[in-house]
Amino acid sequence: MSETKNIMIVGVGGQGSLLASRLLGNLLMNGGYDVKVSEVHGMSQRGGSVVTYVRYGDKVYSPLVDEGQADYILSFELLEAARWLSYLKPGGRIITNTQKVDPMPVITGATEYPADLEAKMTAAGAEVDAFDALALATEAGSSKAVNIVLMGRFSKYLDIADDEWQKALEQTVPARFLELNKTAFELGKK
Amino acid sequence: MKTLMLGNDAVARGLYEAGVSVASSYPGTPSTEITEVLATFGEVYSEWAPNEKVALEVALGASIGGRRSFCGMKHVGLNVAADPLFTASYTGVGAGLVIAVADDPGMHSSQNEQDSRHYAVAAKLPMLEPSDSAECFEFAKYAFELSERFDTPVILRMCTRVAHSQSVVETGERVLPPIIPYKKDIAKYVMMPGNAKRKHPLVEQRTRDLVELAETSPLNRAELGECREIGVIASGTAYQYVREVLGEGASVLKLGLVNPLPEKLIRDFAAAVDTLIVVEELDPVIETHVKSLGLECRGKDMFPLCDEFTQNLIAKVFAEHSTSDNCQLSTVNSQLELAEPIPARPPVMCAGCPHRGMFYTLMKNKVTVLGDIGCYTLGAAAPLSSIDTTICMGASISGLHGFTHAEGNEAAENAVAVIGDSTFMHSGVTGLINIAYNGGAATVLILDNSITGMTGHQQNPTTGLNIKGDPAGKIDLEALCRAIGINRVRVVDPYNLAECDEAVREEIAADEPSVIISRRPCALLKTVKAKPALCVSAEKCKSCKSCMKIGCPAISMKDGKAAIDGTLCVGCGVCTQLCKFDAIEGVQA
Repeated sequence: MSETKNIMIVGVGGQGSLLASRLLGNLLMNGGYDVKVSEVHGMSQRGGSVVTYVRYGDKVYSPLVDEGQADYILSFELLEAARWLSYLKPGGRIITNTQKVDPMPVITGATEYPADLEAKMTAAGAEVDAFDALALATEAGSSKAVNIVLMGRFSKYLDIADDEWQKALEQTVPARFLELNKTAFELGKK
Repeated sequence: MKTLMLGNDAVARGLYEAGVSVASSYPGTPSTEITEVLATFGEVYSEWAPNEKVALEVALGASIGGRRSFCGMKHVGLNVAADPLFTASYTGVGAGLVIAVADDPGMHSSQNEQDSRHYAVAAKLPMLEPSDSAECFEFAKYAFELSERFDTPVILRMCTRVAHSQSVVETGERVLPPIIPYKKDIAKYVMMPGNAKRKHPLVEQRTRDLVELAETSPLNRAELGECREIGVIASGTAYQYVREVLGEGASVLKLGLVNPLPEKLIRDFAAAVDTLIVVEELDPVIETHVKSLGLECRGKDMFPLCDEFTQNLIAKVFAEHSTSDNCQLSTVNSQLELAEPIPARPPVMCAGCPHRGMFYTLMKNKVTVLGDIGCYTLGAAAPLSSIDTTICMGASISGLHGFTHAEGNEAAENAVAVIGDSTFMHSGVTGLINIAYNGGAATVLILDNSITGMTGHQQNPTTGLNIKGDPAGKIDLEALCRAIGINRVRVVDPYNLAECDEAVREEIAADEPSVIISRRPCALLKTVKAKPALCVSAEKCKSCKSCMKIGCPAISMKDGKAAIDGTLCVGCGVCTQLCKFDAIEGVQA
């Protein structure tokens, strides 16, 4: 029996992590895996820190990923990548947007946004792939496509054929946004 | 067809395939999507009721009328619906009646962590607890069969991690059950004392019959593995965590029917293992039952009462208590750590949220605010920090009436209640009736954002639309408040700070009860067009931070000057009213 693989998608409420997790869910289910995806709704969505778990393998029991278990953390925002670092498996990889969104304690001046997070996460033992996904999303036509840019980048690390990704995109993304998101996916992959 | 489905979607699909005809619910995280999905099926009459008590009574009425019916709610909603629940247990059903209640261990979006299983025990109702989406689907279908076979409402207990997790479901076709014609039956449905007295022993007999079912039902299964040193009893998500940690070789009694609980099945399982351990989130309901059978077992002496479980928690607890090397246990990996603390990112009111202007006004006037349940509960967070209490749906208004009557309470001179439009319809209106009837002089603020916000934009009786988005009856809040007997009713725009300030001061000062309706639609509604983002002139900005007082997530200090994030700002203009130097201006490039 193959080991269950764990992916976390983290970000700030409203950034589109639900669509990303559903895309991965469809992709992996099409690939014949047992899949569980766990989402957060309600209060936590209002600009708070949000996390979505995607697990796949021959048989998946828990819907959650716990500390020390994530093979990949896909992050919409730099501070959020750092927040969930303890969930990364030793040797696991962080794929993160370099965008910074100030949380309320930083906005009110109660604390500061930590500096040099990429270097610090690398020093802590994580493999970090950090890039400006927001710029690529904007280039694709919408700042909201950061989620799909991240998926494009992530596709480089998974052994799944490109047409499978295209199929999952078509299944998951509303038709009128499909072209834009396909462009975002390609830009992320480069 | 194989589909990846949210637990809540799977419940809806199961209900649909079993022929549900009527669904009435009140939204509440994590239960909302069940009814939203049911509303997408044309064959199902579905509605948002004003509250859970109304919803359950609607569903019971439809059941008595001979149609399979459904009512869904979150755990605290069942408190509201408890009145019909307990007596519906006595009347039983016409056609099947299924009630879904979603608990929220870990309180992701709730004000308490109550365990709904106690209701099933107290109301003597069968309760099913699925542990993934496939079971959500199967159990929802089966619940109708069970309901009709035993003449009882059936409760489907969900929790956040089952309701909001997706897993694979194999769906089928809708099969309509035979129509059960309505039959007048006074002894069954009129619960006056004489009839109820005859009904109670039947309820007790039903429970004994259900225990018989629990002994042999495939929903409850003893999965005996190679490891017999320990035997675990678990249901719901706890079962999944246990399997994850202990693997295929463990011996587990998996319960799907969690009320009433079996006896012989548990005794036989206990006899087959050395140490019996109950793993259950929240309260020791199963453990108490096992101990009442005179069996030795462990449970809450090992596992916490508070918060939700995770696989690491279970692995750590088993590692601490494990007495045997024969049972496999997953290991807990070491963790990467950063040396410095990571700033918290709590949920906040959105940029352009219409509640912000009113909470700023209340903070500025140092008003004591009795709050309620909704997005506006976030008004308690810094820097606005302008909510003093949050208890339950409707408690702001009734609580304020009591607060003003607490003798010697100086804060009562400058206090208001704050409640949203949907929550006011749910159970705020009765509190306002109490104030009017009993001659109070309190000021109530209805924050009317024309939607039920926190649960993800559900319609309510004040919005003029129904669950399907079609035109519907629309409650006129001003007329309703006046009809109750409130003479001072005024409407303000929360984007206009001067108007809010004047209204709050005048109405608090008035010596009769008053209602301020703070009206502006939620900024996230698709029908609300955002204005161009604002920007700060670095030349004019004197770094006074006045604009920061409203806690807008779009405004921060960059290089000593205020800066507006153009991707978040919707141009509401509340911040411009705070800047004495006219530094916030125009359209952002």
